[in-house]
Amino acid sequence: MKLNHFTLKYLAAAMLVILSAWAAVFYINILDEVYDSLDDGLDNYRLLIIRKARKDKTVLEKAAFGEGNYEIREIRAGEALKRKDVYKDTLMYMDFENDLEPVRMLTTVFRDGAANYELKIISSMVEEDDLMEDLFYALIWLYVILLTSILLVNHVLLRRTWRPFYAALDRLRDFRLGKTAAAPVGKSNISEFRELDREVTDLLERTNRAYESQKQFLENAAHELQTPLAISLSRLELLAEKDTVAEPERRAIGEVIRTLERMKRLNKSLLLLSRIENRQFAGEEPVDLRAMALTILGEFEDLTGFRRLKVSVTGEFHPVARMNRDLAQIFWTNLLKNAIVHNIEGGVIELIFAPQGFLLRNSGIHRPLAGERLFQRFYQEDTANKNSTGLGLAITGAIAETYDIRLIYSFDGLHQWQALFPAP
Amino acid sequence: MKILIVEDEPELADALRQSLETEKFLVEHACNFHQALNKIISFFYDCILLDIGLPGGSGLDLLRELKQMERSGNVIIISARDSLDDKLTGLDLGADDYLVKPFHLAELHARIRSVLRRNAPGGRTLLEAGNVALDPDERTATVAEKELVLNRKEFDVLSYFMVNKNRVVDKTSLAEYVWGDYMDDADDYEFIYSQIKNLRKKLKDSLADIEIQAVYGMGYKLVLP
Repeated sequence: MKLNHFTLKYLAAAMLVILSAWAAVFYINILDEVYDSLDDGLDNYRLLIIRKARKDKTVLEKAAFGEGNYEIREIRAGEALKRKDVYKDTLMYMDFENDLEPVRMLTTVFRDGAANYELKIISSMVEEDDLMEDLFYALIWLYVILLTSILLVNHVLLRRTWRPFYAALDRLRDFRLGKTAAAPVGKSNISEFRELDREVTDLLERTNRAYESQKQFLENAAHELQTPLAISLSRLELLAEKDTVAEPERRAIGEVIRTLERMKRLNKSLLLLSRIENRQFAGEEPVDLRAMALTILGEFEDLTGFRRLKVSVTGEFHPVARMNRDLAQIFWTNLLKNAIVHNIEGGVIELIFAPQGFLLRNSGIHRPLAGERLFQRFYQEDTANKNSTGLGLAITGAIAETYDIRLIYSFDGLHQWQALFPAP
Repeated sequence: MKILIVEDEPELADALRQSLETEKFLVEHACNFHQALNKIISFFYDCILLDIGLPGGSGLDLLRELKQMERSGNVIIISARDSLDDKLTGLDLGADDYLVKPFHLAELHARIRSVLRRNAPGGRTLLEAGNVALDPDERTATVAEKELVLNRKEFDVLSYFMVNKNRVVDKTSLAEYVWGDYMDDADDYEFIYSQIKNLRKKLKDSLADIEIQAVYGMGYKLVLP
């Protein structure tokens, strides 16, 4: 839900309550005022009628409402004493409307000479249901107009006021570790936004610094480990070249070199893994996965030929993924190398391309591998293979994670590696 | 041929020096930034092995200095930092090659040879051993002036042995050089053996007087009769 709509939702609900309450109060007040004014009018009329009756006795003969809106009836004096002025609402038949209509009626008494008279005066009055209906429609209109104008004002004003907020959002979204400088976007008059801007800048700066120091650490670690390895390997190689070294010693030297080689590869793979997980491979570009796979298969041709593997590539699709080219290369190399190395003599490798992914099938040991654990570090199916680092598939898994590639392993007699790439 | 090793690790520098001296190179060593700067300003070297992380400054700054003197073309960066940025910067500054530590001495010799070959006056130079000659530019091989037909990988294998003649070539080193550094499984050595067997047969059939010997536990060695 957008910020805009969110505030509007609450405003709409609040306004409904406020407007309804206001309408009730307004209605009661208006009605009160109307009665007040009607009753004043009736009082005034009474005065006029009584004054007229003193001069013109025929007025006293008017016993029914007619065109004059009043009637006069003589009553006994005793009854007159008990009477008070009464204002009340009543219904009266009206020719014009052909219906009973509400009227306001004043019933009073007066004395003319010795006689007492009762006087009833009516005044046509507001039809409450009409008033209510009018008021209701007016309110609905008001409500709609208010909402629309708030929506419009919100749209313009919010966008304006919240501009620094959206700028901060953009900065966070577009932020790339180690690539984007954490410069503040600019000033806002609103102190909260100034603070937000400052905090975002701070956060990005800290992240960049942490990233830098981590990168530094990785590089230093590599340096510190690789240098002693380089010294040992060079020394041993020099030693092995000497003619004075006898066969058994040379063999021992060979063993040590092999072990150091393994350590070197392990170190290299671990560094690569950390660098992938720290997102230190920037620069994404569209990679034609099919073309790349074919190139790498070409490089492995000697090896597949040597192991007499039948390699087939089907599906005329060229899936494209946005990723770092080197990582794409490593991704393919590890998967294909895995399919070759853990294959059987004269086995098969089938590569089937789909619009947005591929399926790699290869023969190998005839039982399923350990599913999810395959992509964990140092997981090894075949512990006898002392030269494998056990990091190849972990690296593949880390690359898949980096680029949201869905990589699924399954077994149906052949080992299947299904990869689904996000649309570029 | 004069070679300068710019390397702050004395042990490594010494090993490199020993190995290079067997090839009759004249080797000098600088162990920090200023020593290196003095040497490259005062003398000319056919090849410079340059470490990036040095006491007193960065090897990349030395490279900039060399580039200004238009002499950065014969530099091979040897760095423990396998960082793409450094690699790109180094190559941008005109370095000929970038070698990540640890490396095999055979690999280093191959890289040095190719730098020397590229910068040789008069251009084209052949790799020769016995009656076998390789032309790395044309990628052709001859035995006693007669053409020897090799496929791409066989050519790479043979040229690696040619620049490392009489030296033990570690099988890992050979695999990395020819097939890339993803060749790291025990199974692969068997595969390398089969490739070497083919090459040996071709050499023998064309009456080449060089021989690729197995060095048990290590790898192979190209020897002259």
